[in-house]
Amino acid sequence: MINILKNPAHRAWLVLMIATGMTWYLGEVGAAGTWAIVAMLAIAFVKGRLVILDFMELREAPMMWRVLLEGWLILVSSLILLAYWISLK
Amino acid sequence: MSESSPITNQAAASTKRLPGDLAIWFFIMAEMVAFAVFFSAYAFTRAGHVEMFNLYQQTLDRNLGALNTVLLITGSWFIVLAVQAAHRDDQKAISRNILLGFLCGGGFLAVKIIEYSAKFGAGISMSTNTFYMFYISLTFFHFMHVILGMVILAVLWFQSRKGVYGSHDANGLESGAAYWHMVDLLWIVLFPLVYVMR
Repeated sequence: MINILKNPAHRAWLVLMIATGMTWYLGEVGAAGTWAIVAMLAIAFVKGRLVILDFMELREAPMMWRVLLEGWLILVSSLILLAYWISLK
Repeated sequence: MSESSPITNQAAASTKRLPGDLAIWFFIMAEMVAFAVFFSAYAFTRAGHVEMFNLYQQTLDRNLGALNTVLLITGSWFIVLAVQAAHRDDQKAISRNILLGFLCGGGFLAVKIIEYSAKFGAGISMSTNTFYMFYISLTFFHFMHVILGMVILAVLWFQSRKGVYGSHDANGLESGAAYWHMVDLLWIVLFPLVYVMR
């Protein structure tokens, strides 16, 4: 088991599965409002980052491409957060 | 070792590499910008119709949405394993993992078709209301990208059967893999946004 988790792809897959379960669970319990939105965006951010770094293999890529893709994730999360914040006012 | 030799500098430079072709990454960025606009349009339109969006979001099947997340992530993982197999010249594992990734994509499409037929069967269309307009257009736009990703995977599979990819050259495989991971990345944002966040 420990050996299997040495492969970053396997580790990423496991975390992605757990994180997907968490988002599904938040939906099941009807989580809503500020904390729920922040939690779901944080989960999506962690998931997206794992896909970018471990699946797309950009961890060791030239900095520009890491910044572009991770920047996209930050930008999209921020815009969604802003829109939801406006809706809660 | 106060000064690094040219050899170690070269080694350091070669570890900083972008997988696949540069062109595919520009294409991926363009696609991602289009989806960023779409996601923002959804979120900001929702801000003006919160009650309507919250009401109709409850009609979506979160279980199928989560199942599709599992399918795309697992499909992506198989393609990572195919790329890893190429770097160690394990020809059989390259083809097998591409095929498994392709099947996950097929599973995603099947689940989505079940979901769409339930909605369309209930008489829901793009013109029903603003929420369904976004739900159908956003998920269908993504659906088309899954299909394109699967076409790419099919090409990669045929090429891998000919032994094209290996430690000598995995560029084509890595380019296709990057596109497939993008399809996964977009769904990772789309699923909570459209199905869960309220």
